[in-house]
Amino acid sequence: MSATTIRSPRVGESAIRPDAPAKVQGKFGFSNDMWIEGMLHGVTLRSPQVHARIVSVDVTRASAVPGVHAILTHADIPGADVYGLEHADQPVLANGIARYFGEPVAIVAAEHPETARRAAALIKVIYEPLDLLVDSEEAITAPPIHPEGNVFRHLTISHGNPDAIGDVIVEGSYEVGMQDQAFLGCEAGLAIPDDDGAGVELFVSTQFLHVDRDQTAKCLGLAPERVRMTVAGVGGAFGGREDISLQVHLCMLALRTKRPVKMEYRRDESFVGHVHRHPAKLEYRHHASRDGKLVKVEARIVLDGGAYASTSSAVLANACCFAAGPYVVPNARIEGFAVRTNNPPCGAMRGFGNVQACFGHEAQMDKLAVALDMDPIELRLKNALATGDRLITNQMITGAAPVEAVIRACADVPLPTDSSGELLELPGGAGRTAAGERDRIVRGVGFAVSIKNLMFSEGFDDFSTARVVVDGGVATIHCACAEVGQGFVTVAQQIASAVLDIDEVVVAPADTTVGSAGSTSASRQTMMSGGAVEGACKAIRHMRDSDAAAGRSTEGRYEFTYEHHHRPTTTLDENGQGDAHVSFAFAAHRAVVDVDVDLGLVRVIEIATAQDVGKIINPLQAVGQIEGGIAQGVGLAVMEELVIKDGRILNASFTDYLLPTALDMPTVRIGALIEEPEPGAPFGAKGIGESPCISSTAAVAAAIRAATNKPVNRIPVRPQDLAL
Amino acid sequence: MKISVSVNGKSQEHDVEPRTLLVQYLREACALTGTKVGCDTSSCGACTVLLDGESVKSCTMFAAQADGGSVTTIEGLANTDGSLHPMQQAFHEKHGLQCGFCTAGMVLAAVSLLDENPNPTEKDVRFGLEGNLCRCTGYHNIVEAVLAAAAAKEAK
Repeated sequence: MSATTIRSPRVGESAIRPDAPAKVQGKFGFSNDMWIEGMLHGVTLRSPQVHARIVSVDVTRASAVPGVHAILTHADIPGADVYGLEHADQPVLANGIARYFGEPVAIVAAEHPETARRAAALIKVIYEPLDLLVDSEEAITAPPIHPEGNVFRHLTISHGNPDAIGDVIVEGSYEVGMQDQAFLGCEAGLAIPDDDGAGVELFVSTQFLHVDRDQTAKCLGLAPERVRMTVAGVGGAFGGREDISLQVHLCMLALRTKRPVKMEYRRDESFVGHVHRHPAKLEYRHHASRDGKLVKVEARIVLDGGAYASTSSAVLANACCFAAGPYVVPNARIEGFAVRTNNPPCGAMRGFGNVQACFGHEAQMDKLAVALDMDPIELRLKNALATGDRLITNQMITGAAPVEAVIRACADVPLPTDSSGELLELPGGAGRTAAGERDRIVRGVGFAVSIKNLMFSEGFDDFSTARVVVDGGVATIHCACAEVGQGFVTVAQQIASAVLDIDEVVVAPADTTVGSAGSTSASRQTMMSGGAVEGACKAIRHMRDSDAAAGRSTEGRYEFTYEHHHRPTTTLDENGQGDAHVSFAFAAHRAVVDVDVDLGLVRVIEIATAQDVGKIINPLQAVGQIEGGIAQGVGLAVMEELVIKDGRILNASFTDYLLPTALDMPTVRIGALIEEPEPGAPFGAKGIGESPCISSTAAVAAAIRAATNKPVNRIPVRPQDLAL
Repeated sequence: MKISVSVNGKSQEHDVEPRTLLVQYLREACALTGTKVGCDTSSCGACTVLLDGESVKSCTMFAAQADGGSVTTIEGLANTDGSLHPMQQAFHEKHGLQCGFCTAGMVLAAVSLLDENPNPTEKDVRFGLEGNLCRCTGYHNIVEAVLAAAAAKEAK
């Protein structure tokens, strides 16, 4: 977390991360590593029931355990008893009803984590099981499982002529399973109460510092300035740290015990301690003219939001607004539901609604190509969006939209040669236990294109703040942007050194003593916090230039705080129309897979890609984001799924929730990174983090379809979907 | 029980509970938090350290099993003059890390891999690191880093 420096890398250079030396030496402090003299350890008692009335909570025996300092339940919440990113409906601690498997019921602070765990196990909770609502379709009309009802949002998009009909019509039903962010460093934090007990300081791994602070303060019944937060080293995020998890719990325990309290989830708890990617059901009907122009897209999309709202409404908006993909579609009718069930709560994960829609619209484009007897890439080129075109929300794209360029550059990458046939290179890889018959291994190639909205949409007041101080030839950036691994610390230095023409730039720790930087999500920090750094630096450069022009010394201290807002957006009207989004990024992916059609095993051989990036600030990091995003996209396509039965997660461990390894990761070939500057963005740079994991998934599914002639209408693709 | 372990070249004596895991011992008793716990089930490899030169997952063995042994953690890898070990240098230069949570385990697994196979192919590296998960990078830069470290070692 310490401030670090680099020398003179400018925009466009492959600067090395300033935190890399500490990270390779084990000296970088992650939230999990924090320790302070006299601290207590907190643990959470979670509901083993999926849906139940809490009849009673008896802490008598637990409180008697030596070393226990506090056991808190719903009755002890000092302020608001619910929280939520968009809509506060999630109890800090269960209030009479537990609505999902693993919902927090009580929290314990003790001298030792094992003491706290033993005490938690002695808390006697009597549950009275209630009927389960675990089917998202049923949830729309089922009796409410929460006073605020089961439908988080119902969104309709009506665009153009609803009666338009194409010469050729294709239909399809698709399903997406629940993916987990599976960041490697589990949730952890350390809360330190103020001496007078009137406030608290929290060090925590998060994506969204100021909104964590505001939500936490509200639940503590404190003014926001009484809660000070600092980002502690974050071991990956991918959306899973946009909601709060242990923040309020930690502060409650610290304020109650008047001692510092540390809390750290274990992996099994992490799986129930954060939101997941929404499982989705999508039904599509595409209409096209005989010559391959899209006429109309109809879709019905149901997202399972689980027990509480989190960001379900915004995820649904993305799924619906981009249901037709990066294509010109004159007529559309989209109906979407995000619903409440007793499944685990779902919210933000890299790709945020676009991932689910992309799997559907790209499968449809391939179906349409078959129906039209047209090359699938030609079909996509024929309908590709360009600057000046309108989305199905009637918004005109005013920024860069090089859809055709990404499609062509991706398609032009030469195809890989056949695999060597070595056992390790066969489908199943290291896990393959039988050689099988080599001639039953079939290669397939699939193509997909995606659109992603960048930054927050639908009228959200989205901004970031940066304070820059130049003193003695050193620029110091103070910004609350959470560095979660994406490389903002490097990008910020590069932007500052480029604007100020200065060689030494320090990025100070991110905390709430400066204004909000917003969330590290929605591919927004290069644009938003990068924009704030650029704005502050430009102001200082102007002050410096004025001094120089007036013959004054420029050796002194300069300081400027800049708040960067993107252009305003609007909400969607009753027909789902409006200028709801700021900027868009496009990517194309081509997957090559080998499938053992007898065993149902898949090996993703290669992903070729081209991406619309605006301007590359740091080539090394840009490629790192692309490769990492593709790993997650491939994971969703062929292996990553939280298996839920009757509301319970059956595979809450890394033994059973499979993540791509170094052996599973396909070769990545980058056809081109298209640099068409985005107006209003620092140096024209677009956010790049999400696109790689949107169409890569759809491309892999398409490749498996090509290899097997199976419908592959569900991801992740399981062996039984192919071999049975 | 009393154990004596050489940790990063320094002999340490501690009285530990028999059930103490090696990773807990290193992080708590020795205050060496560079070794991470990512999964608790020996799946992710973030806890990888070297025991008598061999890579082990320290969340899957007891501290007592290291009694009399010599452990190297990420904090003990740099050269005595403070300069980075070639593997650390390679991860640094090749952008073999983003969030960095897997890095300590990944670097030590790679050091052990090169000890056994100084001239690995790309496939050897992937096979050798299969027990270490990274959620950020997609592994390609990690593999490049290990190959670069092998080449640097060879050049010496």
